[in-house]
Amino acid sequence: MNHRLRRVLRAVSPGQLVRTWRASLRTRVVVSIVVLSTIVIGGVGLLVIRQISDGLVHARVNSAVAEASGETLSAQKSLGSSGGYAVDPETQLSQLAANLVSRGQNRGYEVLVGPADPGTDSDSQVSLTTSGLDPTTVPARLRKAVSATTPGIAITPRWTYTNVRYLSHRFGTEVSGVVVATTVVLPTDGGTYAVYYVFPMRDELRTLQLLRRVLLTSGLILVAMLAGVTLLVIRQVITPVRLARRVAERIAAGRLEERMHVDGEDDIARLAVSFNQMADALQQRIRQLIELSRVQRRFVSDVSHELRTPLTTVRMASDVLHDARKDFDPVTARAAELLQNELDRFEELLGDLLEISRFDAGAAALEIRDTDLVELCGHVVDSAGPLAAQRGVHVGVIADVPVVAAVDPRRVSRIVRNLVTNAIDHAGAPGSVVTVTLGADDEGVAVAVRDHGIGLEPGQQSMVFNRFWRADPARARTSGGTGLGLAIALEDARLHGGWLEAWGAPAQGACFRLTLPRRAGDPITHSPLPLGPEGSPLEGAS
Amino acid sequence: MSREQAFRPRVLVVDDDPALAEMLTLVLGTEGFDASVVARGDLALAAFHDYRPNVVLLDLMLPGKDGIAVCREIRAESGTPIVMLTARTDTIDVVTGLESGADDYIVKPFKPKELVARIRARLRTSTPPAEEQLHIGDLVVDVVGHSVTRDGEQIALTPLEFDLLVCLARRPRQVFSREVLLQQVWGYRHAADTRLVNVHVQRLRAKIEHDPENPRIVVTVRGVGYKAGPVPGAAGSGASEEPGTGP
Repeated sequence: MNHRLRRVLRAVSPGQLVRTWRASLRTRVVVSIVVLSTIVIGGVGLLVIRQISDGLVHARVNSAVAEASGETLSAQKSLGSSGGYAVDPETQLSQLAANLVSRGQNRGYEVLVGPADPGTDSDSQVSLTTSGLDPTTVPARLRKAVSATTPGIAITPRWTYTNVRYLSHRFGTEVSGVVVATTVVLPTDGGTYAVYYVFPMRDELRTLQLLRRVLLTSGLILVAMLAGVTLLVIRQVITPVRLARRVAERIAAGRLEERMHVDGEDDIARLAVSFNQMADALQQRIRQLIELSRVQRRFVSDVSHELRTPLTTVRMASDVLHDARKDFDPVTARAAELLQNELDRFEELLGDLLEISRFDAGAAALEIRDTDLVELCGHVVDSAGPLAAQRGVHVGVIADVPVVAAVDPRRVSRIVRNLVTNAIDHAGAPGSVVTVTLGADDEGVAVAVRDHGIGLEPGQQSMVFNRFWRADPARARTSGGTGLGLAIALEDARLHGGWLEAWGAPAQGACFRLTLPRRAGDPITHSPLPLGPEGSPLEGAS
Repeated sequence: MSREQAFRPRVLVVDDDPALAEMLTLVLGTEGFDASVVARGDLALAAFHDYRPNVVLLDLMLPGKDGIAVCREIRAESGTPIVMLTARTDTIDVVTGLESGADDYIVKPFKPKELVARIRARLRTSTPPAEEQLHIGDLVVDVVGHSVTRDGEQIALTPLEFDLLVCLARRPRQVFSREVLLQQVWGYRHAADTRLVNVHVQRLRAKIEHDPENPRIVVTVRGVGYKAGPVPGAAGSGASEEPGTGP
């Protein structure tokens, strides 16, 4: 019970409503139609009611005035004709009143007779009425207007709206009505008396009420029908749109052969046709790209094989010559040595080129294993030992925390090897220090390689990853790197969903930071290690 | 020198590149091997029968019949070590080659010394002759007789698979990392491709396990490597059981 209540509350909470409003075109259109049509129908209904009621009242007033004038005229006549009788005025007045009242009962109006000028003792005199009518039904304004007229002359009837009040509850206490005032002159005393005809508009009110009910009911039915029709029409439009959405989602999910069903020749059908054409074009394009990628990959693979076989022969031949160089004359011996060294470089370059083209073809795949990066960095630094010793550079590893991540150890090892070799290459004078710092947090792991050599010029931070880019074209090549090392390292890092960034300042050295997610492919938002001069605790040791 | 001349191991080189084949023959000749060359894949099996080599060097791309098919044919009838020569390092190529039965592979371009080292590693009798009879799972391994039996029934293994099994069986409690296995079974001195180990463990399991999907004899230790499964019924083994050194 409580649960249901809460669910209902949540369903009608403002947030949920806004969401439904935004999410459902159908809801939006139907609600708009209902609101707008309610406003329009309501407005029209009010106008109609107003005009009809005005017309009804107007007609009633006209007929009331005419009737009152006629009655008074005939009453006056009958008074005049009976003028010979010696009757006292009170009797004559009550006779007149009784006559009018009885006529009024037949004709549906009430009558009130009294002196035209009520004077001070109005209560005693105004007593001749249709039984049950409250004398206050005649507004004081009307009485005043009647009393202000010249006595003795029959006035043109005056009328006003009023609330007809009854003393008893037989007809209800109050009802709107019209009161028409006329005057008669009693022949017996020559006094002017006011005769008020009260016409309750019961029938008109009833008609109006009925009309209002009819209009309200038909308005509601109209709005409901409009909503229903809108719903149907919207359904007709929305259903194909939703179908299109579903098909688009399936295509996006890789099911390229999905198509929309085309039915008829309307706009929806044309949408379906265009949609299908788009899907065809996309599918064809993707197929072309897949084919291109396949051809490219095949080409890389073939080139690899075709180049490597002769290179193997050359390599072996060179090895034979190199091993036998002590038997050669000095020139030939040196030539054999050069051949051997350059073959190493050639092989390395070929390997890097093939690796890069594999990335370009999208053929590079990760082989993920739980890897201890501290151990991995240790191995890399050990294997870089001979080069470091040759340069007189000291390489240290700093790892305060265990650094384990699910990565491709071969690729990560290659990245770190590239960074370390690069750092040793650019470490500057012998005695310089290269630091490999490892860090980890919940999200990712990082390896920062910091050197204290010549550093980088402003703007070079991003260029270092360009293929075949060299910090100083005039500078002699030292370690014989291929110029593709950092580009490959960057691709390797990206393949893991990680980052490889560089920092450097002239004469302050450089820092390369590799950040990898704990699990390759997971998103990372920050690196556990800083990038920059503070990236190495050994700052100043150089 | 005289001893080597007494026994010159025979190497069958299956490669369609004449220059490389000649170069290989030269180098292998100077290193104390006899070499014979076949240039076509469809002639390889006949040459294998004629020449009875101790090691086969097999290129993957061959006219007539590709290296994978040749490798399967040879493996179907013999456990002779096969070293693939491949220009491809992509996983799919390497793994396909290894799964077809090759013991090892070497990527072109290679250095002659590296090649010779691999061939020697495949030729060396890895298990020193001893009285050894090892138990692993419900298998009995006769090291001297180079045979593996289950309930008296022989299971045919290639020499490499045999070496792998013996290596694990000798130290039943030790967990061997892939790197250590590469060193002890394949004779690599530095880090090499651990895919070799994965593929051969699978091949070995396919032959000896009751249910290769759910191995009991060669057990994977997640994140570390492999170890021998327990011997059922504590059948007393003559193997030198050393205290476990696993993590």
